[in-house]
Amino acid sequence: MFAFIIRRILQAIVVMMVISLVGFSIKSKIGDPVRDLVGERVTPEERAQIADKMGLNDPFLIQYTRFVKQALKGDLGRSFIYNKPALEVIVRHAPATIELLIGTALIIIFVSLPLGIQSALQPRSILSRFTMSFSTLGVSMPVFLTAILLIYLFAVNLQILPSYGRGETVDLFGNGYWKTGFLTHDGRLHLILPCLSLSSIMLPLFIRLIRSEMMEVLETEYIKYAWAKGLSPARIWMVHAFKNTLLPVITVFGVQMGITFAFTILTELVFQWQGMGFIFLEAVERSDISLLIAYLVVVAGVFVLVNTVVDIIYGFINPTIRIAGTR
Amino acid sequence: MKTKLQKFKESYFLYAFRRDKVAMASFIALVIFVLLAITAPWISPMNPYDSHNIDLMNSEIPPMWMEGGSPEFILGTDNMGRDMLSTMFYGLRTSIIIGIGAVSLQAFIGIVLGLSAGYLGGKIDAILMRIADIQFSFPYLMVAIFIGAVFQLIFGVGSYERLAIPLLTLIIGLSNWPMFARTIRASVMGEKNKEYVEAARVIGLPRFTIMFRHVLPNSLTSVMVIFTIQVASAIQSEAALSFLGLGMPVTRPSLGSLIRAGQEFIFSGSWWITIFPGLWLVIFVLVINLLGDWLRDVLNPKLYKG
Repeated sequence: MFAFIIRRILQAIVVMMVISLVGFSIKSKIGDPVRDLVGERVTPEERAQIADKMGLNDPFLIQYTRFVKQALKGDLGRSFIYNKPALEVIVRHAPATIELLIGTALIIIFVSLPLGIQSALQPRSILSRFTMSFSTLGVSMPVFLTAILLIYLFAVNLQILPSYGRGETVDLFGNGYWKTGFLTHDGRLHLILPCLSLSSIMLPLFIRLIRSEMMEVLETEYIKYAWAKGLSPARIWMVHAFKNTLLPVITVFGVQMGITFAFTILTELVFQWQGMGFIFLEAVERSDISLLIAYLVVVAGVFVLVNTVVDIIYGFINPTIRIAGTR
Repeated sequence: MKTKLQKFKESYFLYAFRRDKVAMASFIALVIFVLLAITAPWISPMNPYDSHNIDLMNSEIPPMWMEGGSPEFILGTDNMGRDMLSTMFYGLRTSIIIGIGAVSLQAFIGIVLGLSAGYLGGKIDAILMRIADIQFSFPYLMVAIFIGAVFQLIFGVGSYERLAIPLLTLIIGLSNWPMFARTIRASVMGEKNKEYVEAARVIGLPRFTIMFRHVLPNSLTSVMVIFTIQVASAIQSEAALSFLGLGMPVTRPSLGSLIRAGQEFIFSGSWWITIFPGLWLVIFVLVINLLGDWLRDVLNPKLYKG
């Protein structure tokens, strides 16, 4: 077990090294740290002087080592469009994205569980047929189109929900870092449409997954035994069958929230949501390389960290993984 | 000796196809879509790439059944005065070219790496599959968006837009190959211990020949199954990239960039600029997905769940 953990952590470090190397190569190839620091109004002589002082003429490896050292201290360069440290820009915009994900997760949990269970218990009922055909359609629908349709319906035609922005927010810890929309009525209204469109990608998948897992469990011997024993249907479905449906569903849930993160970029663009995806697109549009690379390093870091932790937890639960070493 | 055609006529594949109405309907729809895309330059009412045909006076004309519509533009015009129907045909064409090109690239990378990993085994297998695992741990759309962003910065917006089709093919191809590598590796692992491979080895055929001439053809069924579904997801990725502004430019639109271009006009009530290309894309992807699901059930019911 110890060897497995070490191996897994080593792999995570190697991946982060490769990603930071890629990021740094891009940055040193097309980035312009002098402009990031002092803007564009300096003479070429001054630029050369500053570049020399910043060590931009040093060999690649020395510069890379410096980049990694600074990154470990939390310095990922300066964003020139915000004129702030890039990491700070990302951290300030992260809560908006995280709240989007939380809202989406809530919708997925509260909608897919009842619908999935219902269509597993009564696969021939009208509601389950409707759910299943709707979920086939949902898979084929791009998230930005769902978002646009929702805006057209609820914001332009019915005019009952706001179409863009976060609305009124409250400062959660009093230091300006985490502004939440969950605590005000206006903020919650603004959350509805973005979260609905984000959850539309994952809902079909979860309903199908819960349905097929539940149907499989209902066929097993111990459920038949529970029926023979004369337990009440509610107890068999909810306690015996549902509990064993949940484990694979939770596993997939983790992975899918990662994928949903990629889709937040699209949703944030449609709803002008000031989150991480929005500033990423802004960085691309105005070629803010430092911010772009900082985004790459932070997002990759979060993914690698989460995957490593999840793998190690699996190692504890399922010994075959850690013995084989490979999945 | 039966000819191939006769064999096909008596196969279970055709039998299953004829019995499934959904599969038949989606196959017919797919054929129509592909025909429309191929013949787009001849059947479109106008050429949306040619700026001579475009008249700004014609912008934002509603579909012909609505008030203010004209029979010249059946589905109306967009904000630049282009006929919606024509841009949708041309957009479909671009989306299909990129979708098939990108998945072919994915399949090529995936087959070469997956076949080597599965047949050669040992260290090569461990290294290749570890790389695939690591790329798999990041969402492929995220990978595609990032490669796209970096390409756009390296090439500059102008040349990126000129090279958009090959670049998008490359981006989507690179972002989603591990799926193919894993699938082909799994079926190669099953094939390589069979007797015909043993026999080929005994008569002294070179390893390369055995891999590509004997093992590969027998492992291709699994590739066919995921190929269709991957095309659907590649077309969706292309639409997503174009929607973000990292794809086809508005002057040579794909379905994604049409939706992007029409997005802001939804507030002024010109819904058709966005909704028509959007529905067009949804129906097209839906048809491919339905066909892909059916193919999976028929060819390989136990391949994967969900």
